[in-house]
Amino acid sequence: MADHSFVLEVRPDGVGVLTFDVQGASVNSLQANTIGEIEEMLRRIDSDPSIRAVVLRSGKPESFIVGANLDMLKGVRTASDGEALSRSGQKGCAAVAASRKPIVAAVHGPALGGGFEVALACQARVCTEKATFGFPEIQLGLLPGANGLQRFAQLVGLQMALDFGLTGKTLRAAKAKALGVVDEVVAPALLLEVACKHARALADKPKKPVTFIDRLKKKGGADALQTLALEDNPLGRRLLFKKARELTKKKTKGHYPAAFAVIDTVESLGNRGFDASADVEARAFGELLVSETSKQLIGIFFATQELKKDSGVANPAVKPQEVGKLGMLGAGLMGAGIAYVTANAGIAVRLKDRDDAGLGKGLAYVEKLLASRVRRKSLTRLDKDRTSALITGTTSYDGFGRCDLVVEAVFEDLALKQRVVAELEQKLEPTGIIASNTSSIPIGKIAEGSARPQNIVGMHYFSPVEKMPLLEVIRHKGSSDEAVATAVALGKRQGKTVIVVNDGPGFYTTRILAPYMNEAAFLLSEGVPVEVIDDALVDWGFPVGPMTLLDEVGMDVGAHVGKVLNEAFGARFTPPPGMEKLLADGRKGRKNKRGVYLYDEQGNRVKDKKTRGVDESVYASLGITPTAKVPPEEIQMRLVLAFVNEALRCLGEGILRSPRDGDIGAIFGLGFPPFRGGPFRYVDSVGPVEILRRTEGYRERFGARFEPAPTLVNLAKNNARFHR
Amino acid sequence: MAKGEAKKNGRRRVAIVAGLRTPFAKQGTAYKDLSALDLGKAVVAELLQRSELDPAEIGMLVYGQVLPSLSAPNIAREIVLGAGLPKSIEAYSVSRACATSIQSMTSAAEAILCGQHDVAITGGADSTSDVPIAVSKKLASALVEASKARTVMEKLKIFSTLSPKDLLPVPPALKEPSTGLTMGESAEKMAREGGISRRAQDAIAVRSHAKAARAWEDGVFADEVMHFVVPPKFDKAISQDNLVRKDATADGLAKLRPVFDRKYGTLTAGNSSALTDGASALILMSEEKAKALGYTPLGYLRSWGYAAIDPGEWMLMGPSYATPIALDKAGLSLKDMDVIDMHEAFAAQILCNMEAFGSKLFAHEKLGRSEAIGEIDDAKFNVHGGSLAIGHPFAATGARQVTTVLRELKRRGGQFGLVTLCAAGGLGAAAVLEAP
Repeated sequence: MADHSFVLEVRPDGVGVLTFDVQGASVNSLQANTIGEIEEMLRRIDSDPSIRAVVLRSGKPESFIVGANLDMLKGVRTASDGEALSRSGQKGCAAVAASRKPIVAAVHGPALGGGFEVALACQARVCTEKATFGFPEIQLGLLPGANGLQRFAQLVGLQMALDFGLTGKTLRAAKAKALGVVDEVVAPALLLEVACKHARALADKPKKPVTFIDRLKKKGGADALQTLALEDNPLGRRLLFKKARELTKKKTKGHYPAAFAVIDTVESLGNRGFDASADVEARAFGELLVSETSKQLIGIFFATQELKKDSGVANPAVKPQEVGKLGMLGAGLMGAGIAYVTANAGIAVRLKDRDDAGLGKGLAYVEKLLASRVRRKSLTRLDKDRTSALITGTTSYDGFGRCDLVVEAVFEDLALKQRVVAELEQKLEPTGIIASNTSSIPIGKIAEGSARPQNIVGMHYFSPVEKMPLLEVIRHKGSSDEAVATAVALGKRQGKTVIVVNDGPGFYTTRILAPYMNEAAFLLSEGVPVEVIDDALVDWGFPVGPMTLLDEVGMDVGAHVGKVLNEAFGARFTPPPGMEKLLADGRKGRKNKRGVYLYDEQGNRVKDKKTRGVDESVYASLGITPTAKVPPEEIQMRLVLAFVNEALRCLGEGILRSPRDGDIGAIFGLGFPPFRGGPFRYVDSVGPVEILRRTEGYRERFGARFEPAPTLVNLAKNNARFHR
Repeated sequence: MAKGEAKKNGRRRVAIVAGLRTPFAKQGTAYKDLSALDLGKAVVAELLQRSELDPAEIGMLVYGQVLPSLSAPNIAREIVLGAGLPKSIEAYSVSRACATSIQSMTSAAEAILCGQHDVAITGGADSTSDVPIAVSKKLASALVEASKARTVMEKLKIFSTLSPKDLLPVPPALKEPSTGLTMGESAEKMAREGGISRRAQDAIAVRSHAKAARAWEDGVFADEVMHFVVPPKFDKAISQDNLVRKDATADGLAKLRPVFDRKYGTLTAGNSSALTDGASALILMSEEKAKALGYTPLGYLRSWGYAAIDPGEWMLMGPSYATPIALDKAGLSLKDMDVIDMHEAFAAQILCNMEAFGSKLFAHEKLGRSEAIGEIDDAKFNVHGGSLAIGHPFAATGARQVTTVLRELKRRGGQFGLVTLCAAGGLGAAAVLEAP
């Protein structure tokens, strides 16, 4: 328990510098006693005649306040306790806002969630170029609980507040200044002095805060009038919030109640004022905090935090090797994406492809990604040039000699991959690590015939690499701890959440996706229409349905993976008869603009209200009539249980190190609905007995492919849980 | 003329460990959107990759460009910072007109010889597609004054003194500031006064194209010229010089019209080097360092010499003045050379210098020497073509010649090679290279 998080120093100019510095933590978060401490400090400030004004700053070098302490939030058991927590935060912020002596926030680095709320309660804000603001609560299934959303809305308007509240996106210093959220942006060395200057000025001449509406009225013009018509007018607001609810419903399928709580809170501010809105907020906060959704999302957040500290190997003495230069074989979408995330981490990349044209495509892809960040102002032109200079291209192994680690993303062919390993071993230093980006070929097989199998691992990235957060590192029997730890450390530098799994056909992610996709194929072969299958799973919370995914991945790739797994595990991976007709009919998916959906010349899905873009000739190709009526719940359960059951097998067979990794892998790699917590947390929340009952039910109807995983049977027997 | 004489004097030897260039491209073609800095960064980065040299070993980078850059006056340092090299590498830029990358090489060699550094990158780049366009003197001084003016009225007053013609941009000067002649006019003067025939000049050009085309066909250049996938679109790659014409014939060249003296001239676009974009680079090390790092050098820089003559006379005779200096320093004579590479600015300049090399009279009158420099053996001369065919990105040419000569020495088992260039302002440069 940090007893004294605040230090108050009074400067000769009468400014009290209040430094928040939570002891024993690398960043500041709001603790259970923080609000009490703030109120205590405010009383001292109020009664100290030598203090005219206050600057609130962080004692941490790189951040302001990053939000509320999550352990504290996790400990809340009832909605009323949650509501009380919110009300206490509201009260603390209100005390800051009402201080007789003006308080100026001096912000450097992130001011997030509760931290942003405290800054907003101050009378003014000064920040550095490195400051960022935002309300990430939505990502944990919550909403800001201390009236920050309302104070933000008063400064930037209802629409902008909705935007930031619903997305949790980051507000940078320059934009914050433009929006009037901060009063001045200065160099870090000047932060304190300038904040003190603002504090003294406010003490000399109190200034009424300028609200968004005031500013718009003063500004005038068509845009301002239009905004006023929406925000400063009951009818306009009705339209505004109706639209917001419609969009949110469409986006969240109703799975994220916090989004609606954000809308309710902002709406009540507009219609009924600050105090009424504070009540709406506190009640919603309490309910959300104890909701299943929020629990799962916070659980995932903790799991990712744990993984950040996980070296990937059990032995704490093992240190990863420094990777100063990465070799990348293959400049396709995958290779270019890996090159991009690597260069972003400041690591030199030698990118190889078969010919200049292939290389050029890869380099152009990286250029496009960087240029779009420059356009969005998230990257300076100088940093872009610096990043692109880290990537050089080649069509030979020239320049691979100094690579500390090479990722191969050549064609999925075992013999080719073994040849590449042999070639690389000629070229690399004896310590050089070779990582295969295969999605299904066992790493142990690729390492057969290798001179240094200890240096071989799998690094399974997901496409598009620059967007997908997961990296699955695969260790085969001969992989050394150093090689695994090096791959994990590299993945983290590339911004990935990294899980380590043991070798086996399809590893973890590919393997658990296969029965799910296979089950979708069974439903299709039974005559369930394509869009009905997709809709069911999207409604359940997946970002896209399995039929869409099939087109994206490609039928050829799917068939290849299916074959590998079928050979390894037998019948439960056997596709329904007739599926081979899709490939025989020249359907490879989006890549050749011929899949289960229709594509135009540019490869975009054809939009059509009636057919929903489905290529209806696919039914004829398969020789089926799409008239089967299967309830969505059954579609969902058949696919999800196939997926979950295989995940449990992976744990039982030692492919996974922990249920935690299994949950993270499924969510970040395959789009398993985060609010359901991943396959293992899902089993926990439904209960193993119920999951087993349903799985056995399907086994009766559909046969051995639904044979329950031994892990599930045992768990149900003891009615145990995966996660505490 | 003992081998390793430099060492005998207790001096260090400078090893040329590796060399590379971009394909050379005609002005306004493959590299039309790139600057000299872009080209320089690319060739240095690729050279380092191919050499597998640990960048932390590099002490200095000396680089040059002939056409001045307004945005990056010290191109050498910008290459260090822009090509992802360690920021601790010190860097400066040099200019010696067409001999710039000989200058960057010898400047770095001096630093190595006096023990300042052990590893250096040198070279040069030019883009004739990205030239600085100046404003008129009047507009320039108005802009400077206006930048100091405090009020808008003051500013307006300053600009009101300008006339519309002051607003026209000024194209870069191709004339020699000292003579008022363009390079081509100077060469034309040499051809005219030296009685160099149009036919002889065209024959030199045809020879250059034939040899360069053959070299490309035989793969001679494959390992000394990188492929360039051109940013920012990366949708086109250039892998060979695009000025070399394997079908160049005397009859074809004879049809071209003179360009510098349209009435009585003999110099045409066919027998003059073209405006070209490109870059080249070398890795230099002390002999001991190269050995310690396990490199077998391409060869050694045995000696070099610079000379200068009155640009108002035969301005492009530099090779004939600089070569004897370098040979004397090496303790060698022209007949010891197994390969001779002379920069081909103009066929007329080549013919004048060839004649001077063999002329006792020239040696006596101009060099104060009793013997001629020596007759140039055709079998050793510009064996893979020269600037007439390959092109001439000013600052990149010298390092191109160095790499080609050293690799050719190895190919034919020769021991010594000569690289020599003429340069604007009446300058000449020569270097003697030695096989490892």
